[in-house]
Amino acid sequence: MRLIVDHVTHYRYDLPVRAVVQSHRLTPSLFDGQRVIRWKISVSDGQMGGGFRDGAGDWVQGWTVLGPVSGIKVHVEGEVETTDLTGMLRGHRETVPPLTYLHHTLPTRADMALAKLGEGLEDTTDSLGVAHELSRRVADAIHYRPGVTHNNTTAAEALALGEGVCQDHAHALIAVARHVGIPARYVSGYLHTDGDGTMQEAAHAWAELHVDGFGWVGFDPANRCCPDDRYIRLGSGLDAQDAAPIRGSARGLGEESLDVTVSVQTQQ
Amino acid sequence: MLSRTADNLYWIARNIERAETTARFLEVGARIALLPSAAGYRNEWDSLLRASGTADGFAKKYGDPVQRNIESYLFFDYDNPSSVANCITRARENGRIVRTALTTQVWDALNTAFQELRQLERTPRSQLDLSRLTEWTMRHAAMVRGAIDATLLRNDGWDFLNLGYYLERADNTARLMDVKYYVLLPRVEYVGSGLDNYQWTTLLRAMSSHRAFHWAYGGEVTAGKIAHFLILNPQCPRSLITSIQGMNTHLDRLGRGYHRSSTAQGNARSLLAQLAEMRVEDVFEEGLHEFLSRFIGEVAQLGVVIHNSYLNGDVR
Amino acid sequence: MTSYFNEMYHDQAVRPPYARLQNWVQSMPAELRQMKQAEAEALFRRIGITFAVYGEGGDPDRLIPFDMFPRVFSGAEWSRLERGIKQRARALNAFLVDVYGRGEIVRAGRIPGRLVYQNEAYEKAVVGIVPPKGVYSHIVGIDLVRTGPDDFFVLEDNCRTPSGVSYMLENREIMMRMFPDIFRENRIEPVEQYPAALRRTLASVAPQKCDREPTVVILTPGHFNSAYYEHSFLADLMGVELVEGQDLFVEGEFVFMRTTEGPKRVDVIYRRIDDAFIDPLCFRPDSMLGIPGLMDVYRSGGVAICSAPGAGVADDKAVYTYVPEMIRFYLGEEPLLQNVPTWQCGKADDLKYVLEHLAELVVKEVHGSGGYGMLVGPKSTKDQVENFRARILADPGNYIAQPTLALSTTPTFVEEGVAPRHVDLRPYCLVGERIELVPGGLTRVALTEGSLVVNSSQGGGVKDTWVLAE
Repeated sequence: MRLIVDHVTHYRYDLPVRAVVQSHRLTPSLFDGQRVIRWKISVSDGQMGGGFRDGAGDWVQGWTVLGPVSGIKVHVEGEVETTDLTGMLRGHRETVPPLTYLHHTLPTRADMALAKLGEGLEDTTDSLGVAHELSRRVADAIHYRPGVTHNNTTAAEALALGEGVCQDHAHALIAVARHVGIPARYVSGYLHTDGDGTMQEAAHAWAELHVDGFGWVGFDPANRCCPDDRYIRLGSGLDAQDAAPIRGSARGLGEESLDVTVSVQTQQ
Repeated sequence: MLSRTADNLYWIARNIERAETTARFLEVGARIALLPSAAGYRNEWDSLLRASGTADGFAKKYGDPVQRNIESYLFFDYDNPSSVANCITRARENGRIVRTALTTQVWDALNTAFQELRQLERTPRSQLDLSRLTEWTMRHAAMVRGAIDATLLRNDGWDFLNLGYYLERADNTARLMDVKYYVLLPRVEYVGSGLDNYQWTTLLRAMSSHRAFHWAYGGEVTAGKIAHFLILNPQCPRSLITSIQGMNTHLDRLGRGYHRSSTAQGNARSLLAQLAEMRVEDVFEEGLHEFLSRFIGEVAQLGVVIHNSYLNGDVR
Repeated sequence: MTSYFNEMYHDQAVRPPYARLQNWVQSMPAELRQMKQAEAEALFRRIGITFAVYGEGGDPDRLIPFDMFPRVFSGAEWSRLERGIKQRARALNAFLVDVYGRGEIVRAGRIPGRLVYQNEAYEKAVVGIVPPKGVYSHIVGIDLVRTGPDDFFVLEDNCRTPSGVSYMLENREIMMRMFPDIFRENRIEPVEQYPAALRRTLASVAPQKCDREPTVVILTPGHFNSAYYEHSFLADLMGVELVEGQDLFVEGEFVFMRTTEGPKRVDVIYRRIDDAFIDPLCFRPDSMLGIPGLMDVYRSGGVAICSAPGAGVADDKAVYTYVPEMIRFYLGEEPLLQNVPTWQCGKADDLKYVLEHLAELVVKEVHGSGGYGMLVGPKSTKDQVENFRARILADPGNYIAQPTLALSTTPTFVEEGVAPRHVDLRPYCLVGERIELVPGGLTRVALTEGSLVVNSSQGGGVKDTWVLAE
């Protein structure tokens, strides 16, 4: 499938700030499921800093903006040819050992309820089956509902609430998987939803589990599926913050507000 | 040099100079309060607090200006940003941060003042009379200044220290003179009276300058002579023109050392030119208070420009 | 009753390295000693060297007791130690490059992968990054104890930012000022070249993108930190700027410091801040101490960070057990310095042994430091031992145990005169283009009679450490 992405993030400051530094993970991953046809990232008044491919295979790019500025626009546009690999991350070059993704982080710590969600699968030898089952259980336990959780909601809180968005689903699946000893990580990217490709308010996120014999496999509990050719993968991390497409910091007293629009369309 | 280092050096000087001025304020106030006056001593202490920019803070905490409370507020109170205790503590902390930019002697002087302050704070107030506190402050301020002059390398750090001293001094002399304005305000007919002259003399005393004044001018003490002395006479160590001249010297040194001129240099130069052409008659024509207020504003502006030109870390 | 090796008096004789000190101490009247002791203390206070070593926290204005009786090594003893320390520092760095690269040692089954990759100090963010000259740990502090004429053991490795080196320098400075004569009589290897050597080491690991004389800075958490004195002391002696996070900023591909003359590029950062705090865009987002964007510059070769982020995985107490294995694996050599035998309570067999022998062992928390959270079996009451047993059982993986070592003693000035007190040693090995070791280090002494705990927070002091020239 040919996907066309237009992703704009507007940062606004109520008082001008003196400088802004950002670290981007905004470039599509290199693997058999996606091929970049064109891709362009621009930062208003920005100076490109150091860029490199990290051990997880992500392209990380630094940017700086010299102030004073009252607003910054980060614009990502591009086109990617995708192939449905039923969630398998085939042909992806990375060197971080999977065991590293058993680290707990605050939002992905398993409490009693999350631990319980992973019970009863100890005797299953089909590890891919286990991963699918965990994803299904998370989808059942947390209903998709925007607006009830926020950026800092933990997996445990979302589960207790029984509601959340893709970030909460991914965190919960990661927490449960790690709890039963399956390395798991957070993936950020884009998703083309059916219909006319209307503007969305945020990019998408899902989880990847490291399954014996298959390597990294993606699971999207929010949509009860594995990533296919409607997905574009950007980067990964231990949790949402670690995998964030944009991490930034402004020097100054200005309060920051954010405005995001994402459109993912198929080429007509 | 690191902007933060320069900033700390600059603030060592400003804090020490401010501690000294606060002590001088206290002395002026105590002397003026000894006089019979038309408006009562409350009014005079109030003027003093207003001139030192601490009236609101004081009123919030204590209400009526009672001398004892004023002494506490101006000397010991950490809620008062300009109290002697606050200034000395901050100066020592500034010094600790840039310890390697100081000589042992300068650090010793700062640290000793701080340690003795701690002792004063533990001493019952009944054993501390005002003159002891003010003399103590001036002695330590002089020791720090002396150690700086005698032992410090004449590099850009020395310039930033001196800029701090001169800027603070310019501001403080102007404010001390303004006290006189506030005290006189209620009754214009007192001008030229014995009381008026006594107050002017007190002011000179507080600036440790009354002998110098007599050497320089002789004869009767008049408002005109005093204004000339404290504003326009380059021989007076605390005069406004001496302070601005000092700032020019050190900004010019920085400009030469860094091979670049700054906005601060330009601003300081025009302020100096303005004072150099002024006659004391011009000051009174403008009105002493009006002139001083304007001057205090311009010095504050120069402080902002120095901050932006060198100290805020955003220098390009 | 355990017998302890006395480094001065052994087999009814004075051991040769201490021969000249015998006269010195015997000819010193008590009054002179007291006077000198007071003088030394005043000097320490004067220069302001009052801070806690080894991240122990506590009162920053507290003075660590200085004992004037030096601790002495012969040239031969030292050269043996030196070879062992350098060997260890090489192996630790090889291990770090390996576990952030191909992980050969794990693949070869010589160390369990979970111990490395699931370690809290393992930084995913630097996988695949080879720091300049392949060095992760530029200052390796190796804590050593001695139990006999030829028996040295490594207690622990410090690969991040071992502190205390300013004591090594100040102790020597003060001894030379107070007792110039003994320095004339004994040929003592100098230590004062350390700051220059450190500077050289740091400059030698400048990043690829640096094409000129590198600018080196020391990054401190700030003047409230208990080791601030050490940071400013080193900066002063090295002639480099002491910066806080707010003094540095990232612009484009490089890091700059904010100066009164505008931005000045920085090439090498000797940081005294933990990994978690150095860059809010990569690690803890709430860190106020760090420099946003620093890790991106580092990872794209624009700046060197010493020690390199991620170095901590090599000095974990559980990984420590495998250092002899690292030496064999990477260097193909036999370890010259021995490890203390260590039981890992996380292993069932080890735990069983530990619980059966609790009263004889020293038990430590895996991530503990400063002598806290530890049990010294033979010096503890029954209740204390039982209490600790419960703590171990609650979380066995968090504890390791070691035999109680018979730490050597050296003569130490005490109230009554001179008496033996237990000591350890921390030498500082510099690793850059070359490996360098200044002859000496920091000797810590347990000033309380019979105590084996040398930590300054628990009654420990420091001594000047001499290596005699051959």
